[in-house]
Amino acid sequence: MWTYNKMLEYPINIKCTDPKLAKVIISQYGGPDGELAASLRYLSQKFGMPDQKSKAILNDIGTEELAHLEMVGTIVHQLTKDASIEEIEKAGLAPYYTDHGVDVYPSSASGVPFTAAYIACKGDPIANLQEDLAAEQKARATYEKLIDLCRDNPDVLDPLRFLRQREIVHFQRFGEALRGVQDKLADKKFYMNDMKTNN
Amino acid sequence: MLQEENRNCGCDCDNENDMMDHNDCGCQQMNDIQTRREMMEEIKSLNFSIIELGLYLDTHPDDQKALCLHNKYCKELDDVEEQYQKAFGPLTIKYPCNKWRWLEEPWPWERGNF
Repeated sequence: MWTYNKMLEYPINIKCTDPKLAKVIISQYGGPDGELAASLRYLSQKFGMPDQKSKAILNDIGTEELAHLEMVGTIVHQLTKDASIEEIEKAGLAPYYTDHGVDVYPSSASGVPFTAAYIACKGDPIANLQEDLAAEQKARATYEKLIDLCRDNPDVLDPLRFLRQREIVHFQRFGEALRGVQDKLADKKFYMNDMKTNN
Repeated sequence: MLQEENRNCGCDCDNENDMMDHNDCGCQQMNDIQTRREMMEEIKSLNFSIIELGLYLDTHPDDQKALCLHNKYCKELDDVEEQYQKAFGPLTIKYPCNKWRWLEEPWPWERGNF
């Protein structure tokens, strides 16, 4: 089960509103390579993992992604909370404002609402871990594009750089977990009577 | 690592089947399935009470009786969780161990920490 910790994983204190940036950063909240998809992907796949390390790493990275979801939501919130109607219109956020005001709604930068179609649970630990590796690379690439777009705003850049770095660490850990699963699946199997086989 | 002497002994005797093989670590009495079940029941019960009181206090922050109960249960939960984790391994990733017992199976979805 989960318990909430009343702190962000990394501090966020954005002094100037900028709804233009919020419009693109929202993609890491509810977009195809966003933190909500990441979290649900790992926390759903963990049930099917075959060894100790892969169970633990999916559980623990899935948990950290929930903390990242809160961070991205915080960035979007601080960028839009005190924005004027003129700023919102100028940023092209009028359609978003119509449906959601300045709430933080899980959708992609292009306005597509979050969908579970962004994640896969293939019933195959190798396929799932390969998907997770790709997901971390796609999230890193998305953060790099956002970092380009936010180049003039150090308050936003700093947490985005932290989040990008975490994608790299997660990729590394998933790679190690994948090697463990491959080794386990390559082990010779012995079948004996009166014994529960656990392959 | 000041607390370490009070934490689990790290001697691999966490497996219930191994308990007869280790006599010098002083923790084998705790490796008792019945004790474990009772302690986990206590943890779950206190944990739920704290969640429930927390919701109630969110909308009734001035209720002194609820606040006192919340305090009492938090202290009791701290104590029983500390005892449980020392013997049976961590319940959260924040519990320090001499050996990385976090990986031990079964996980809750495999009927671990019943």
